[in-house]
Amino acid sequence: MSFEYAPAPESRDIVDLKPSYGLFVDGEFVEAKNSFKTIDPATEETLAEVAEAGADDVDRAVAAARRAYDTVWGPMPGAERAKYLFRIARLIQERSRELAVLESLDNGKPIRESRDVDLPLVAAHFFYYAGWADKLPYAGFGPAPRPLGVAGQVIPWNFPLLMLAWKIAPALACGNTVVLKPAETTPLTALAFAEICAQAELPPGVVNILTGAGETGRALVEHPGIDKVAFTGSTEVGRLIARSVAGTDKRLTLELGGKAANIVFDDAPLDQAVEGIVNGIFFNQGHVCCAGSRLLAQESVAEELLDRLKARMATLRVGDPLDKNTDVGAINSAAQLAKIRELSDSGEAEGATRWSPPCELPERGFWFAPTVFTGVAASHRIAREEIFGPVLSVLTFRTPAEAVEKANNTPYGLSAGIWTDKGSRILWMAERLRAGVVWANTFNKFDPASPFGGYKESGFGREGGRHGLEAYLR
Amino acid sequence: MPDLSTFADAAAAPAELRGLLRGLPPVDQVGAEERAARLATRSIKKSAKAYAIDLAISMVDLTTLEGADTPGKVRALCAKAAHPDPADASVPKVAAVCVYSDLVGEAVRALDGTGIGVASVATAFPSGRAPLDAKLADTRRAIDDGASEIDMVIDRGAFLAGDHQKVFDEIVAVKAECGDVHLKVILETGELVTYDNVRRASWLAMLAGADFIKTSTGKVSPAATLPVTLVMLEAVRDFRAATGRQVGVKPAGGIRTTKDAIKYLVLVNETAGPDWLTPEWFRLGASSLLNDLLMQRRKLTTGVYGGPDYFTMD
Repeated sequence: MSFEYAPAPESRDIVDLKPSYGLFVDGEFVEAKNSFKTIDPATEETLAEVAEAGADDVDRAVAAARRAYDTVWGPMPGAERAKYLFRIARLIQERSRELAVLESLDNGKPIRESRDVDLPLVAAHFFYYAGWADKLPYAGFGPAPRPLGVAGQVIPWNFPLLMLAWKIAPALACGNTVVLKPAETTPLTALAFAEICAQAELPPGVVNILTGAGETGRALVEHPGIDKVAFTGSTEVGRLIARSVAGTDKRLTLELGGKAANIVFDDAPLDQAVEGIVNGIFFNQGHVCCAGSRLLAQESVAEELLDRLKARMATLRVGDPLDKNTDVGAINSAAQLAKIRELSDSGEAEGATRWSPPCELPERGFWFAPTVFTGVAASHRIAREEIFGPVLSVLTFRTPAEAVEKANNTPYGLSAGIWTDKGSRILWMAERLRAGVVWANTFNKFDPASPFGGYKESGFGREGGRHGLEAYLR
Repeated sequence: MPDLSTFADAAAAPAELRGLLRGLPPVDQVGAEERAARLATRSIKKSAKAYAIDLAISMVDLTTLEGADTPGKVRALCAKAAHPDPADASVPKVAAVCVYSDLVGEAVRALDGTGIGVASVATAFPSGRAPLDAKLADTRRAIDDGASEIDMVIDRGAFLAGDHQKVFDEIVAVKAECGDVHLKVILETGELVTYDNVRRASWLAMLAGADFIKTSTGKVSPAATLPVTLVMLEAVRDFRAATGRQVGVKPAGGIRTTKDAIKYLVLVNETAGPDWLTPEWFRLGASSLLNDLLMQRRKLTTGVYGGPDYFTMD
């Protein structure tokens, strides 16, 4: 007999799913002409019917945000704005269990992550920026920094509520009002957040949530009534946005793709490095822009490291996102699954060796087994393109200089990881890596006080920390 | 992974030993503690919990190590070990009873025919501060009186002073005294402090012939912790991969609740692997833990909690 963990599902009952949801405009939920379905990617079951905002809805939302900015939120003293943000943060904490379940249902991520990572960070982000609201003159952006006005914000599906927090918390703290569009596959927690805004008695129009797909997003960022565009998502869409915003007065921040190197030296703490590699690429099914998708292993330790990594991967529990013991959940959508499959197949076709631990995948839903590619050349597509899935490409290096060269040899520059017991080498490497975030002996570690953002095609602007205020002040 | 082919001949060469221990991969404290904390969030329910509780009971080294221990106290403990819950014959018996060496005879008599082992702490437990002759005499007496397992302590002073050879030689000497008797080597990780030291001491003990490595005496705080046990489980896993020899692990001290015990079992399951999930290869050194396991077991089988008055205090 062996130690089999019995199913330990988190109850869905805590979530009160409505059959349909409207748009949140000017403090109330309103209907739209069209709608779309959002599904549970683990079962393909429809969760709810969600309104699709059209151009006129965007007009109304931007007008409401403008009105709120001019009459209430802009003129309000920072200390008063802070009270609302603290209230929102506390409401998020109070409802965190419900929000975590909802996030896992709509996104497919394991409840362990939504419960232990996403939700605590969401609340922390609001608490952090609530604290800044009355201290902006001391943030280093002049003695009397002013808000920009109305921010149009478009966020991705990988961390739906967390990306909302990254966008809305600093914008509101600085005195801006927002119109936010969540991703079409994960709109539900943003709509729950709209309820929380109402619960906190946030003045109408300060936060507006427009659900919809690409067209809604385009109408929002191209709307002449907004002063600022903040986007997190693919480099491809980021380019389109940069083009449409060029020549206008709109301010822009972009947080785009990545192809991070996780660099392991032969003196690294190997067991922890293995955890860091696993956490770097299999956390959130690899749907992480800063994922450590390229493992650069020093050749002298590569074989041992891979043996340990494979043994560890065999213990990953893939399955029901609501089971508290699940480590890797469902891929967010059929389209994303197709992309991961296509790129993985190209890896095999180009000559890399593919390996996955034996693991049973559920029949319904979108699933991809944790995968590692060895024998990867820098020229392979799986070493260059962002896969945004649980797929790791392993390359080797001989010297620190070669590691830097290989790590930087990508159009992206969002994050990197260094594993070594030698402090001086960490500093030497960090100075030379062209990446916005460099982790030393850890990976995928986030904190609201720490700025996050990229170099090169990973975007520009910083979110989090004091630096994150700059994008919302003039 | 250290190359052990050269080591077999060089066991007596301090430089080789030091080189080997220093060549082990370092442990990152933050990462090790994070890993242990994450595994502690595993949710073990229903059938998995029932399995884990019975497994944990069968792994208990039921321990009394007080200056005030008497033959009567030891007899009572032995009775408890054989029949942890007199009201329920389906409860497994514990693995062993752990006593001071002068009380081994009493325990052996009390446990005659039960199949439960008698473990004796020895080698000037808990400090280990005595001449080697005294340590060996202590060990010999316990074995002569019938102990089936010896829990020795390492010389932490020598280890911290860098005299790995002295620690090694003492373990070899005690092991020679033990013969077929199982030798558990207590590292007293609360005094070694760093995880790097824990990993090195684990390898040192295994190389010197330990059958088990054990965290603590229970007399020093902190005693057993999850991250320390994690590092030791990694050590036995790697040691088996390098040498083919399997060594057991025993966290001891501070494990009081069923929840704690289950966290340790999860750690074993997901670090060293299922091969270690038997009393032969994993033990829990504890005293009050047993009653909590029994209470949780009855809750699971009957659906109601019995108060502490319904379980014997021994």
